[in-house]
Amino acid sequence: MSTATADAVMDYDEAMGKFDPVMGLEVHVELHTATKMFCGCPTEFGAEPNSQVCPVCLGLPGALPVVNEKAVESAIRIGLALNCEIAEWCRFARKNYFYPDMPKNFQTSQYDEPIAFEGYLDVELEDGSTYRVEIERAHMEEDTGKSLHIGGATGRIHGADHSLVDYNRAGIPLIEIVTKPMVGAGERAPEVAKAYVSALRDLLRALDVSDVKMEQGSMRCDANVSLRPRVGAPLDEAQLAVPLGTRTETKNVNSLRSVERAVRYEISRHAAILDGGGSILQETRHWHEDTGITTSGRVKSDAEDYRYFPEPDLVPVAPTRETVEALRGTLPEPPGLRRKRLQSDWGYSDLEMRDVVNAGAVELIEETVAAGASAAAARKWWLGEPSRRANAEGQDIVSYAAGLGLTPAHIAELDGLVAAGRLNDSMARQVLDGVLAGEGTPTAVADARGLELVQDDGALEAAVDKVIDANPDVAAKIRDGKVTAAGALIGQVMKEMKGQADAGKARELILAKLQ
Amino acid sequence: MSSLSRDDVAHLAGLARIELSDAELDRMVGELGVILESVAKVQQAPTEGVAPMSHPMPLTNVTRPDVVRPSLGAEAVLAGAPEAEQQRFSVPRILDED
Ligand SMILES: [Zn+2]
Repeated sequence: MSTATADAVMDYDEAMGKFDPVMGLEVHVELHTATKMFCGCPTEFGAEPNSQVCPVCLGLPGALPVVNEKAVESAIRIGLALNCEIAEWCRFARKNYFYPDMPKNFQTSQYDEPIAFEGYLDVELEDGSTYRVEIERAHMEEDTGKSLHIGGATGRIHGADHSLVDYNRAGIPLIEIVTKPMVGAGERAPEVAKAYVSALRDLLRALDVSDVKMEQGSMRCDANVSLRPRVGAPLDEAQLAVPLGTRTETKNVNSLRSVERAVRYEISRHAAILDGGGSILQETRHWHEDTGITTSGRVKSDAEDYRYFPEPDLVPVAPTRETVEALRGTLPEPPGLRRKRLQSDWGYSDLEMRDVVNAGAVELIEETVAAGASAAAARKWWLGEPSRRANAEGQDIVSYAAGLGLTPAHIAELDGLVAAGRLNDSMARQVLDGVLAGEGTPTAVADARGLELVQDDGALEAAVDKVIDANPDVAAKIRDGKVTAAGALIGQVMKEMKGQADAGKARELILAKLQ
Repeated sequence: MSSLSRDDVAHLAGLARIELSDAELDRMVGELGVILESVAKVQQAPTEGVAPMSHPMPLTNVTRPDVVRPSLGAEAVLAGAPEAEQQRFSVPRILDED
């Protein structure tokens, strides 16, 4: 919105000195079932507009919804993985509102009887400590259609003449996961928010229930933030007893980095208002990725009177305890434990493992090791150039690599070429550049660029002799047992060989001749 | 049962996005009031000790397998639309919403 002016914000550290932040996060996850929640329409992303629509999801008179069995199972599995209770009996409810994103004039959701409730997720923070996020509920609902606003300068609804609606997304199964108020995080609130969404994403991916692609909208986050006066340390009883302040809800914060930034921004904005004697308006806020600020959205009003009532067309869901236990048996190893196991398998230090996790490269490395690479090489290559470039592009490494067609098999192949003595380290880097540039597989790039270590030991030996002759002082040192001095000679040998030699072999030869 | 006020009707009309003139509002207060009173008779039924019920049949867990069935196709879907553009439903812009 061009009319929006940036609000006053208080320096974050100053805000933390005066206020205690409390957050609540609502995460919507699209399940990747083959069909919609209540009809057999496919759920494929990116299909032609309105090509995946039928009388049920269009809300035509007389059409009757039937619940997708797989979606219910996924909901229960998500609930169990979040350590929730699973309802013995629960119903769907109609959330009534008149807006063109739902052709039925209501969204089928769950109201006071969620399928899963009262759980928690332990989240590991960057310093290795754990924060427990209490889960209030996880309930089943359906996604809405997508609107294009026509005539507005920026594609936003303000200034638009009319809107165009595509109902392909309407009816796709959605699970809404709601936390209890997250207290006691103190200045780490933004980090905790990001860590929670990240841990939730990992968990949902491990459960294989969703694509969890924030950039495609299959996982979306709304962040509630409020402040209360600071009276002590975040976890002091006196601090925890202070009533919660008025909250704002920042909608559609759709990347991990944005979750952290949006929470931090709202804390600073609330602090400036409260410190100036003002009060917080309970409203939704829009997050602007480009400018890193939020702007005012809709004020909570009686337009939010959804008049929920039990959905008469769907019978209650009453999973038997046997079903629940059977589904519990299908839960994957929790991502936290899995990480610890992989770290031990791979022999990484805590710091190395944290770097890998923060880079989002755990799965890539796992697949690379499975394809035959050493764990050390897999880490080195993924966290090198590909990770650096993904960062520079503001993308996660998995999507970035997928976009370029760089696969774990490529990295394993590259490592194989090094291990077999065909490439040295600097050649391998050039080969990786070639693969990243789309020149083909590592072997193809090495062939095309003529990168191959000289296997002619005669040439290498001649170079070693030449360098030793040219550096009698250094040679004498090595003869006296100062092995570290060999480094200077190796560099010169590599130069003589125009980089096309195995540095390890050069070192062996030098030492053999001088010891 | 408390009777329906003019404000109640105005609120409901707003939620349903129906524009009512003052005269229509006055008329609807009366008409809806009569309907409510008629329906309210059901509240005279003795319900003490009876659990609330939303579904008349004692059925649970009616589900279908996650198997794709053909959709209608965009042409048929849009055939019922008053206006369409770019293979999408064209709707008037909505003010005061985000
Ligand atoms: Zn459908």
